[in-house]
Amino acid sequence: MGKILFKEKDLVVPGDVLAEGMDYLPSGGCIREHDKIIANHIGLVSLDNNRFVRVIPLAGKYIPRAGDTVIGEIVDMSFSGWYLNINCPYEASLMVKDVAEFIERDADLAQFYNFGDLVIAKVNKVTRFSNINLTTKGPGLRKITGGKIITIASTKVPRVIGKQGSMVQMLKEKTNCNIVVGQNGIVWIEGKTSDDELMATEAILKIEQESHIDGLTDRMKEFLERKK
Amino acid sequence: MSYTKRNDGRKFDEMRKMEAKLGIIPRADGSAMFKVGDTIAIAAVYGPRELHPKFMQNPERGILRCNYDMTSFSVPERKRPGPSRRSTEISLVTEKALIPVLDLKQFPNAVVDVFIEIIQANSGTRCAGITAASMALAHAGVPMKDLVSAVSVGKVGDKIVIDLDKYEEDYEDGATDIPVAMTGNYDITLLQLDGNVSKDDFLKALELAKKGCSEIDKIQRKTLREFYKGVKNE
Repeated sequence: MGKILFKEKDLVVPGDVLAEGMDYLPSGGCIREHDKIIANHIGLVSLDNNRFVRVIPLAGKYIPRAGDTVIGEIVDMSFSGWYLNINCPYEASLMVKDVAEFIERDADLAQFYNFGDLVIAKVNKVTRFSNINLTTKGPGLRKITGGKIITIASTKVPRVIGKQGSMVQMLKEKTNCNIVVGQNGIVWIEGKTSDDELMATEAILKIEQESHIDGLTDRMKEFLERKK
Repeated sequence: MSYTKRNDGRKFDEMRKMEAKLGIIPRADGSAMFKVGDTIAIAAVYGPRELHPKFMQNPERGILRCNYDMTSFSVPERKRPGPSRRSTEISLVTEKALIPVLDLKQFPNAVVDVFIEIIQANSGTRCAGITAASMALAHAGVPMKDLVSAVSVGKVGDKIVIDLDKYEEDYEDGATDIPVAMTGNYDITLLQLDGNVSKDDFLKALELAKKGCSEIDKIQRKTLREFYKGVKNE
């Protein structure tokens, strides 16, 4: 009979033995070595169904997954599309056919998105060999004009968004800003005044720093009330 | 004449005082400092990121690139800055010491860059460098199945000692220095030896290295844990 050596939400570092025996299965952030499950990230233990052991990483680069909304910068162009830096190990491609605008044959692609432009896009498909396909077809996906960009650790993005988007919803209401949080850790803030934008920036950086301390939502609420 | 007492008053199986820190370089994806006695190594990790030049890319797995360097002020006599025969060798053995624990299959065509800088040297620099680099890799979130810790053991005069300092390395009656790197399971990933040592002495030294490595491993784990202390998933 196998046994589990850590509790749910325990902090583990690479090399820690999470479980012994063949009753458990590794599912992300850990690997099986003979009859042991070993963590290969720094992270928090999670047990699903009392069978799947997982380590939720606390560090690491953004790894794109299909369906993620990301913000990227155009760094290269070709005949068939654009290449974006989305803060992950590889460049992502945005093909002409995946763009919302109608683009004529032989059109100059720089008219639509030019070097240095920031684009809100959705990850369409990720192939096994790190080909990342983006699309701008969909509500809210477009080129960014105006506003402010900040970068946070991609591992903290779920904290900024909150449960069912509760945190970002609160930020939007209290700061009167339009906020788009990319899964890759790039955040776009657009407010009516620069003071509003500054307040939202401060709040998001505070979340990034203090995300591990209990009662985050209440503290953020208080922080935003005080700033008003 | 036999070597009866160590120069700095340590026991023969006692390490110098150690200290480790994480996240010392904000711009890097992961960074760490490891200090043992007067030897201080800092390591910075960048990546995984796309590898250029393209011909070096490996479509099967990501590669690891290590760079070891000593600052010119790290030694009593000014060291001429820049790469040398020695630093090239150490960069290579560091890479070979770390690659067995890394899992870079998920990152084809990419590279993980490790930069090790020795800012103060009193022997055991490659060991301190490997120890720091292993922590920095964990901090950067590169998938790795274990941590690597390294220590130098050796024979000074007629005694087997751990963690030699510069005085012992240059001991007049002859000294043999053996840098050893091990994973947490005592799998050896680095072992260098030039000099003379009998088989018995060598095995004794290796036992000592095991003890030293497990001590370092504990410090590494403690440092990593403490850095993320209080982190909870809400």
